[in-house]
Amino acid sequence: MRRYLLKRLGMSVVTLWAVITITFILMHSVPGNPFAAESKMPKVVYDNLQAKYGLDKPLAEQYVIYLKNLLKGDFGDSMKSRVETVNDMIRRGFPVSARLGLQALVFAICFGPALGALAALYQNKIPDYLSMVIAIIGISVPSFIMGTVLIQFIARNVEWLPIGGWGTWKHTILPSFAMALMPMATMARLMRSSMLEVLGQDYIKTAKSKGITKAAVILKHAVRNAILPVISILGTTISNLMVGSFVIEKIFGIPGLGMFFTKSISNRDYTLIMGTTIFYAAILIFMLLLVDFAYMLIDPRIKLTKEGR
Amino acid sequence: MKADVQYSKDMFEKASHEDRNADKIRRPSIKYWPDVWRRLKQNKLAMTGLIIIILMIIMSVVGTHINGFDYKQQDYSLINIHPNSVHWFGTDELGRDLFTRTWYGARYSLIIGLLAAAIDFLIGVLYGGIAGMASRNVDAVMMRIAEVIYSIPYLLVVILLSVVFSTSGAGTSMFVLILAMSLTGWVPMAILVRGQVLQLKESEYSLAAESLGATKGWILRKHIIPNTLGPILVNVTLTIPRAIFAEATLSFLGLGLQPPKSSLGNLANDGLAGLPVGNGYQILIPAIFISLIMFAFNVLGDGLRDALDPRLRK
Repeated sequence: MRRYLLKRLGMSVVTLWAVITITFILMHSVPGNPFAAESKMPKVVYDNLQAKYGLDKPLAEQYVIYLKNLLKGDFGDSMKSRVETVNDMIRRGFPVSARLGLQALVFAICFGPALGALAALYQNKIPDYLSMVIAIIGISVPSFIMGTVLIQFIARNVEWLPIGGWGTWKHTILPSFAMALMPMATMARLMRSSMLEVLGQDYIKTAKSKGITKAAVILKHAVRNAILPVISILGTTISNLMVGSFVIEKIFGIPGLGMFFTKSISNRDYTLIMGTTIFYAAILIFMLLLVDFAYMLIDPRIKLTKEGR
Repeated sequence: MKADVQYSKDMFEKASHEDRNADKIRRPSIKYWPDVWRRLKQNKLAMTGLIIIILMIIMSVVGTHINGFDYKQQDYSLINIHPNSVHWFGTDELGRDLFTRTWYGARYSLIIGLLAAAIDFLIGVLYGGIAGMASRNVDAVMMRIAEVIYSIPYLLVVILLSVVFSTSGAGTSMFVLILAMSLTGWVPMAILVRGQVLQLKESEYSLAAESLGATKGWILRKHIIPNTLGPILVNVTLTIPRAIFAEATLSFLGLGLQPPKSSLGNLANDGLAGLPVGNGYQILIPAIFISLIMFAFNVLGDGLRDALDPRLRK
């Protein structure tokens, strides 16, 4: 157990390092130089700018310096913003995105598995069809379309729901709902098929024949086993939610990290692109680690399967 | 108790020849793939998906020529025309015919989806197959590498690559998009194939082939891969909508194909601007198309999975 934990932790560090290195190489292989847009720059100013961002040093040295700064938690200066460092922007944007993502995740977790379980319990009856229709819509409609539809048909007609922007909790309702729909649908479908499988198992029959109430059989025996595959996709879900937030924040005009990221791309703000990418990757890798550990704690069989391969 | 029975000849009867054929298989035997197809045909939802896909593919080839407009032909006297009998899907803010542009976009989206899935398939099967057949240590190293690549957020890599290539002046071409998507996209396929290979290489028929002197490559090609084609096919069917979705998202963020080329994501992005001024059809049509394609591939993939599952056989 401990060995597995350590191994998994080591893997995460390697992954993070790989992301940092790839991002660094990619961003430094962009042809031209980042200040080219500001034309007719006196040579002195240009040289000073190069020196400020360390671009006058050899690439290998820049890499080492960047890594060292990262270890200290310093993402460097933004190339376009004169007032804020990359750290400032992450500090400003991340809480917004995190709140949005967390709300969407909670929503998906609350309703997705429940819908799936319901569908399985009433297989080929009305609740099954109903929840599968919801699930199919959730899977087929990308979040950016869902977001637009919500603005057009709900926010414009419902007085107290704002069309976009950020401020009160009302501003979070529609965007988190738009983000939550796809993971919710994925969870519902997964839950339905795993629940159907579990319900056919012998231990469910045993539990029933022991005279346990139906509710107890479903909650204690069926759901608990059927939910495992849903937990195993939590990591991917979180990753999709994060990327989904780029689009949602653009549509609803929310000043989150995704907005900074998309803006940094159109501005060609290379330090900000690197910083946000690495920050995103770090969060994601940490989440994957967390989900893995949670899975291990919940499912006692995992130890066997891990060793079995 | 001793039976006191006299056996006479007339107590016996000549066996008829009919019984000899009792264990003969009378009905034609159904082979694996025809059987899968038979079961898939019964799944209405999956067949709807298949029909939508076939129609989409045909129309994305033919549809751009039907009403005689070019996808990049601009007409400033006819901007933002709502759908009518001449411009069936209306025109955009540059007066381009949206019917032609939508099919043109659907063509790009489908090509991207299919090509990305094909590349994922090739790399995934090769990598997973080799890892599965190789020695334990090689397998472990290969899988660790795959896991590291897989934990790198998929769309982040795609976005980064698009940034690099679009600044180098080439624009984000279709091939950059496909390359970027395949960079991490092959891993699930590789993991799937490896798992199947590990399982199937212990099977009797692999052993039989091995004892007849077959090489590992032969066993992999002739015995293992054909037997794992089912799950692979399901995976491919579900990779296509993922790639189309990724492309749409990228184009929506302005990182996809460059105008005047269009993809469905591009069209939706352009249409977003028309929404507040009452030109909702400009985003509605590509939105419906994207959703239809995603729907079709997803239900077909699900149907295939069910049809391939022998436990669900009736």
